[in-house]
Amino acid sequence: MSSVRSGYVRALDIKHGRVDLSHGAGGRAMAQLIEQLFAAAFDNEWLAQRNDAALLQRPDGRIVVSTDGHVVSPLFFPGGDIGCLAVHGTINDVAMLGARPLALSAGFILEEGLPLADLKRIVDSMARAARDAGVPVVTGDTKVVEAGKGDGVFITTTGIGVVPPGITIGGDRARPGDAVLLSGSIGDHGMAVMSQRESLAFGSEIVSDTAALHGLVAAMLAAAPDLRVLRDPTRGGLATTLNEIAAQSNVGMLIDEAAIAVRAQVQAACEFLGLDPLYVANEGKLVAVAPAGSADALLRAMRAHPLAREAALIGSVVDDPHRFVQMRTRFGGRRVVDWLSGDQLPRIC
Amino acid sequence: MKYIDEFRDGALAQRIAAAIAAEADPSRRYSFMEFCGGHTHAISRYGIGDLLPPPVRMVHGPGCPVCVLPIGRLELALQLALERRVVLCTYGDCLRVPASGGLSLLKAKARGADVRMVTSPADALAIARAEPAREVVFFAIGFETTAPPTALVIRDAARERIPNFSVVCNHVLTPAAITHILESPEVRRFGTLLLDGFVGPAHVSTVIGSRPYEFFAEEYGKPVVIAGFEPLDVMQAVLMLLRQVNEGRADVENEFSRAVTRDGNVKAQALVAEVFELRRSFEWRGLGEVPYSALRIREVFADYDAERRFGLVTRPVADNKACECGAILRGVKQPRDCKLFGTVCTPDNPIGSCMVSSEGACAAYYSYGRWREIPGVAEA
Repeated sequence: MSSVRSGYVRALDIKHGRVDLSHGAGGRAMAQLIEQLFAAAFDNEWLAQRNDAALLQRPDGRIVVSTDGHVVSPLFFPGGDIGCLAVHGTINDVAMLGARPLALSAGFILEEGLPLADLKRIVDSMARAARDAGVPVVTGDTKVVEAGKGDGVFITTTGIGVVPPGITIGGDRARPGDAVLLSGSIGDHGMAVMSQRESLAFGSEIVSDTAALHGLVAAMLAAAPDLRVLRDPTRGGLATTLNEIAAQSNVGMLIDEAAIAVRAQVQAACEFLGLDPLYVANEGKLVAVAPAGSADALLRAMRAHPLAREAALIGSVVDDPHRFVQMRTRFGGRRVVDWLSGDQLPRIC
Repeated sequence: MKYIDEFRDGALAQRIAAAIAAEADPSRRYSFMEFCGGHTHAISRYGIGDLLPPPVRMVHGPGCPVCVLPIGRLELALQLALERRVVLCTYGDCLRVPASGGLSLLKAKARGADVRMVTSPADALAIARAEPAREVVFFAIGFETTAPPTALVIRDAARERIPNFSVVCNHVLTPAAITHILESPEVRRFGTLLLDGFVGPAHVSTVIGSRPYEFFAEEYGKPVVIAGFEPLDVMQAVLMLLRQVNEGRADVENEFSRAVTRDGNVKAQALVAEVFELRRSFEWRGLGEVPYSALRIREVFADYDAERRFGLVTRPVADNKACECGAILRGVKQPRDCKLFGTVCTPDNPIGSCMVSSEGACAAYYSYGRWREIPGVAEA
């Protein structure tokens, strides 16, 4: 049996080519895309086996699994792109239960017509993010939908991780008297993406904060193993995350507006569009709830980590059957920080 | 941050609060109406109510463009989007307003209507240029602040002879609504609504100036202080109103001297006058028909008037009977006086207009201040 001469099958034209329906049809074109683009970028022993699934060693401890679909528009934004976001987002969801992430899977839904150059840029960014985080993408899937039925590319990632013994973290564990900490400034990711939207595009130097937080979480757990709640304030922002924790734990919260860092550019963009930074998405920040006695040690450990230099104690958990998140305003008054209703839309005046 | 933090300074707020407390006569009550939803929002968001002494009460006025938009007008937008299949462009605030049958522009969009959120009418005109095969309609709402940009795009469309662009004009006027409130039976005859003065919206006055308010001061003896939307602006305005009342004065004062002049923006006024004329009467949700309170597109620009182009007819649609938005918008009732408030009417499921926009009195109350009503929580 003669094999096809090398050089006869043309290499993927990444510079000018586009995704077409054959890339998802299961034939040679698909094999080539996987070989030359995905496997080449992610390059690890599990993918090298070319199986439809990855065989992993059984980890020692409780296993955490989380999945997250990514549909960001535009695909590229200052500070990141959908690729690294898909890696960071799922690593963070796994880490928020105190777990050490072990491996990721990735499902791609590509829209017919997507330039292969864009896809390569996204996949390379994903591979870089996975490598930097030390969490390999061990299995994946690719589908192609007709033009108009997708938004360039959607990426769903699933992550598994293992929780060290003695650690129990969950959104239902906040208790009155606990301290509430925040790892840094809010609103950077959401405003970075919004600054690129066609209808709102404005010039700014706002950069997404997208980052994998498992290293920070490990440092925090070492300093305060009695940490009770961890959560990353992504969609819906800090306000939504605090309300989720309050609802799950059946407590209230009292936070201090002056302790919450917002970069000047983010603040300005929010003012301009009539948005409240408390509701704007973050991709590299976390909220922690810990017993008051551990707060100092925790804060020191956070500030020693490059991803939480601006960490701050922003408030405390209070006893409140109505589960209100209240805020002392910088102005000296007090108000409720409510759940977001609908989408946050720019106001006219 | 420059030009923001300076106007939200907590220490300065405490000093103004102390001055207000010293000025307020504890033996009487003072009721001031902040006309504009932007002020209502600021008062709730920054907790200004906590900084005012008991004799001083703020009454929330009807100055929220989304809140006063009658359902019948919103249905014109729905009709254009769903039946006439136009590209319907409007401001984000408009998208969630419920019309009859639980429909809203956002829900119409989910049903396949081409509804697009824009942040400026110029974006709508750009869509018309880019998609010449589609009819593009801008659904214009707002007070005197948003009327000039609407006028500008209508004039531009006419100059460029853009054939596929038109506007549904719902622009309304601040002074007419204030007159209406001052003429209402609650104020004039029954005395159930005591109003000692008004906080006037600064952004409106950057356009119309402070002069139009001189009439209220003279005719009705009500002081007006034109104020900005930062919390310190509002506090300062309350202090200025208190001083006027205590000194027996009824003047128009300008707290927002950093941008408002007596005559306003004459160029913008000329532009508005060129494109628009007064409607004899216009329905305001909650207030009913208010004479000479809105603008319509002049005959010379008739080609760009979607009401004429599509032969639209506004049908009046009644509000939910239990809804107290009307009384709340006139300042007669507080949100908590409404049976629907916080029970079936919430920001996620608004029944009345005051719950729809974050500037509406009910939404501001619900989102920022409802804990005040609950014993134990407020003291926590």
